[in-house]
Amino acid sequence: MKSGLYGFLFAMWVLIIIGGGIMVVLLGPFTIQQFGDFHWILASGIKVTVALVLVVIWILILSKLKNYIFKKELKF
Amino acid sequence: MIELIIPAIISCIIAFFVVYFSTPPLIKFLVKKNYTVKDMNKKENVMVARPGGISLILGIIVSEIILYGFFQLNEILAVIITTTAAFLIGYVDDRKVMGGWFKPVALAIAALPIIFLGAYDTDLAFPLFGDVQIPLLYLGLIIFMIPITGNTINSIDVLNGVASGFMVIASFTLSICLFILQNYEIAIVSLPLGFVSLAFYKYHKIPSKIFPGDSGALTFGAMYGVIAIIGGVEIIAAIALLPAVINSFLFLSSVKRVVEHRQIKGKPVEHTDDFKLKATNDKTAPVTLVRLILAAGPLTEKQVGFAIFKLAIFSGILAIITAFMMGVSL
Repeated sequence: MKSGLYGFLFAMWVLIIIGGGIMVVLLGPFTIQQFGDFHWILASGIKVTVALVLVVIWILILSKLKNYIFKKELKF
Repeated sequence: MIELIIPAIISCIIAFFVVYFSTPPLIKFLVKKNYTVKDMNKKENVMVARPGGISLILGIIVSEIILYGFFQLNEILAVIITTTAAFLIGYVDDRKVMGGWFKPVALAIAALPIIFLGAYDTDLAFPLFGDVQIPLLYLGLIIFMIPITGNTINSIDVLNGVASGFMVIASFTLSICLFILQNYEIAIVSLPLGFVSLAFYKYHKIPSKIFPGDSGALTFGAMYGVIAIIGGVEIIAAIALLPAVINSFLFLSSVKRVVEHRQIKGKPVEHTDDFKLKATNDKTAPVTLVRLILAAGPLTEKQVGFAIFKLAIFSGILAIITAFMMGVSL
């Protein structure tokens, strides 16, 4: 059990690093120029949406991982 | 460098000894006023004083005011105001049973001084890949961060000494990471959190003489969250907190809604005849970190606490590795 928990912790850490990389690569250089003074609001809105999608994907992957690592214990 | 070392030493000593010396009279006062709760994990009918958040906030306020005398940083004001607000929110919850949404909403409001004081940077720093600028998203992150860290620490406050012991490990890890990143002033601002947790652990460790209560747990969590924001170490702070995050994640993914622990009917853990802790087979009970630790078999309360501390040390090592990785760019 304990090794499973350490494995789950390590997997979360790897997912955070990878998720951060995707955030920087995808969202970092993203800008919009066509909408005058509102361009930064639009760009931020799109960044928020993409970030939320990434968080949802992160949670879904974690749920699958949780079920895989703790499949024996989660028969409570 | 000497202008940093002296305030650091003074504030750490003050933080530690204010909590160390104010907690025993607080315990006497709370017992006298009958502000006690039953320790559910003891065979005998043991009543424990609560809330210990009063001595914690005292130690934090005094030490941070001393630091403000040296540095005059808006970041220190943000720490004092938001942490005090979180303490008051927890104190209300200690005295009166509030709804499940009270704490998250109130803590989101408590985060506003960080924005009004401008004590943040809109860049979110990631290891290996660098920074990403997210001005609007970052404001949302501030609003969400304090309720998350506050409630995450609160959710792990289930056994004698776990919340304060866990905070000792997580907050000193965060301070070490801030020193690695050469953010010396915020590292010094963060040190009192570790020292008040350490002093409080003396009275909170098994067998507890005092419980932090919601006021103490939210004080721990909110201050930790503010330091993460003002220090620009949000990702590192999240990694150091991973065992507690796992606990909240497991709880929420099994319950599937925001709910107070006391509203849950099913019991995740029960006692054996010799009063060890044992995971139940109750399908309606939430999955928690303690329940997973106990899945292999019954353990004493002390053994479960140490298992959580070992996980905290492991995630602390990952956080320190991450801090070193911040200096590396792909």
